[in-house]
Amino acid sequence: MDLSFTPEELAFRAEARRFFNTEIPKSIRAKVAEGEGLTKEDMVASQRILNARNWATVNWPVAVGGQDWSPVQVYLYQDEMQLAHCPAPIGFNVSMVGPVIAQFGNEQQKSYFLPKTANADIWWCQGFSEPGSGSDLASLRTKAERKGDKYIVNGQKTWTTLAQYADWIFCLVRTDTSVKQQEGISFLLIDMNTPGITVRPIVTIDGGREVNEVFFDNVEVPVENIVGQENKGWDYAKFLLGNERTGIARVGMSKAKVIRIKELAALEFAGERPLIEDPRFQEKLAAVEIELKALEMTQLRVVADERKMAKGRQNPASSILKLKGSVIQQQLTELLMEVVGPYVMPYQRDFDGNNEPAIGPEYASEAAPMYFNYRKVSIYGGSNEIQHNIIAKAILGL
Amino acid sequence: MDFDLTEDQRLLKESVDRLIADQYSFAQRKGYATENGGWSTRMWGQFAEMGLLGLPFEETLGGFGGGPVETMIVMETFGRGLVLEPFFATVILGGGLLRRAGSAALRGALIPQVAAGKLKLAFAHVERQSRYNLADVTTTARRQGSGYVLDGAKSVVLHGDCAGKIFVTARIAGDRRDRDGVGLFLVDANSPGLTCRGYPTQDGLRAAEIGLSGVRAETVSENAIPAIEHTIDEAISALCAEAVGTMQVMHDTTLEYLKTRKQFGRAIGSFQVLQHRSVDMLVALEQARSMSMFAAVMASEENPIERKRAIAAAKVQIGRSGKHIGQEAVQLHGGIGMTQEYSVGHSFKRMTMIEQMYGSADDHLAALAKMGGLFGKAA
Repeated sequence: MDLSFTPEELAFRAEARRFFNTEIPKSIRAKVAEGEGLTKEDMVASQRILNARNWATVNWPVAVGGQDWSPVQVYLYQDEMQLAHCPAPIGFNVSMVGPVIAQFGNEQQKSYFLPKTANADIWWCQGFSEPGSGSDLASLRTKAERKGDKYIVNGQKTWTTLAQYADWIFCLVRTDTSVKQQEGISFLLIDMNTPGITVRPIVTIDGGREVNEVFFDNVEVPVENIVGQENKGWDYAKFLLGNERTGIARVGMSKAKVIRIKELAALEFAGERPLIEDPRFQEKLAAVEIELKALEMTQLRVVADERKMAKGRQNPASSILKLKGSVIQQQLTELLMEVVGPYVMPYQRDFDGNNEPAIGPEYASEAAPMYFNYRKVSIYGGSNEIQHNIIAKAILGL
Repeated sequence: MDFDLTEDQRLLKESVDRLIADQYSFAQRKGYATENGGWSTRMWGQFAEMGLLGLPFEETLGGFGGGPVETMIVMETFGRGLVLEPFFATVILGGGLLRRAGSAALRGALIPQVAAGKLKLAFAHVERQSRYNLADVTTTARRQGSGYVLDGAKSVVLHGDCAGKIFVTARIAGDRRDRDGVGLFLVDANSPGLTCRGYPTQDGLRAAEIGLSGVRAETVSENAIPAIEHTIDEAISALCAEAVGTMQVMHDTTLEYLKTRKQFGRAIGSFQVLQHRSVDMLVALEQARSMSMFAAVMASEENPIERKRAIAAAKVQIGRSGKHIGQEAVQLHGGIGMTQEYSVGHSFKRMTMIEQMYGSADDHLAALAKMGGLFGKAA
């Protein structure tokens, strides 16, 4: 057992650190650090810089632009990216639909979509959840009926993140109602400019517009836009959802938040001394740091194991990454809110675009919205209660 | 980066696992506990034969040449078996002090005896007022001729009732809590003026109250706090590993029970509330295992601040996870978990004692907080 990195791994880490800290514009990284929302332009610009180095799609097969990296390298890449406050590559493109098209798409789909997906020339959004199908995804009802060389799509998707930016949507649609739920689902790619699609924002409790409802009213989709075989979409969806196992813990991002909380707590006073010297605050932060360190070690164990494991098999430790990672992210937003004290209160998002000076310190305005917004991380991607069910069944055999 | 064991480590693990599986069932352990002294001399002999009593010592003196990872391997398995023998007191505590503070002559004289199972050691340090402050020592060391004479009283000396030689801390100079002026001495258990009152501890192991009245002692170190601190950090790392083994057994036993115990016509493990609680036990276990590994890697770190930050963090995690798993294991078993005749309660008791040893989770959390936490620069 040796937990130090090899000289090659250390050199890779140094190069990743240099790259993220010098090549990705500081203005974009500052927004991430502050918790300020990124514009579409920010995210696209950042992804194109990564893609120019072939670092946007490292998880893809090498033949279509991925990297032949060891799990440790992938870990270091993610860790350094998050520590440098770089925006991750667009998840819908890189982690979700890209690998599905690469694995199950036909040659035409691969050559048309993959380069554009890697370079963010196309922005994808995900059409999985529906009003009646949250954790019970297989009960989805959006229908695609075959008419000649077209599917006619009718129904509604919801919680569609950043659909307002999207050029295309990858959808799970029902193509057969006569069989078991899971066996009548197909994976369909739909151009967002197609007539009959309406996007309506859902404003979340932080006041942000991140998610949307997407309505389909007799939307005509060419049959060649189906991925793989008709009625096999559930398999592809499972492949997609099982892809991101270690990144979900967001350890690097949480480490960066811890360091930032320490910096800011040194600027705020609690009585005679900086908040960072208040023993109660110190202990609360240290308690989260310990959980985070344990999670980082757990993640490294999973990463080390991935080298040896047959694809698809899971280390029991991997199952806790989402559970613990989400709770830690939430706890850190609570602590940040505590740091800014009374300046947690002013709601300043509506000031966007006018020249009013900020109320209180610059870093205060996003503390409460981020706390409110981060309640989502234990809900999305399979709620933590669903994660419990999965672990109980798959790992504990209950 | 590599979490794999080396070939030698794998062999060590296999042999210790086999020993505990074959010879340390819950029923066999019960038998050992009734032997004179509360543990098995036959098992002690086996430990010696397998090289376990020489685990951390140099090979030239009959040792195994192992480091913190080897200790972790053995202690985790011992934690599963709830081993009663004075391994921790002799090899980890006594052995640690011998390695870190002992002269070449002393090491050469004692290590071969320890490794052969002929000499047991103990560490007499805790005093009535000291709690977990390692520098809080009021037992006195008075110079007499070329050596020292000790007066005072030591408490909760782990396996102090069976040791042949006992390491004792005593103040040579300075005030009660000064880090300077604490000496480390070695005394024979049968020295004139030394009294020993042995007793069982809550977890079925043994400890002793040691009285010192004009006891002549061999000087090991006249400024011993750095060596003691490093030894205790290593000892905490070892306890973390033992705790992981104990937690693993509690988790496994509880899971098995959920699958076999039937109520309302079905296995109680089919109830979602119990499934989720079982998952939370697994999460606590894996987080603890991760931190035990972290502690093992950091236990030999020479920079005391970096080492202490890591060890404190690990002790907090182990304490929190251990309490959670222990309490849940008893609760999910229901009535049977409350009985002496069932194993889970014994694991729970050992775990509870480990939580308190060398400082509780809260003590270590406060210490870590004061040192500036884990990430970023140390305070």
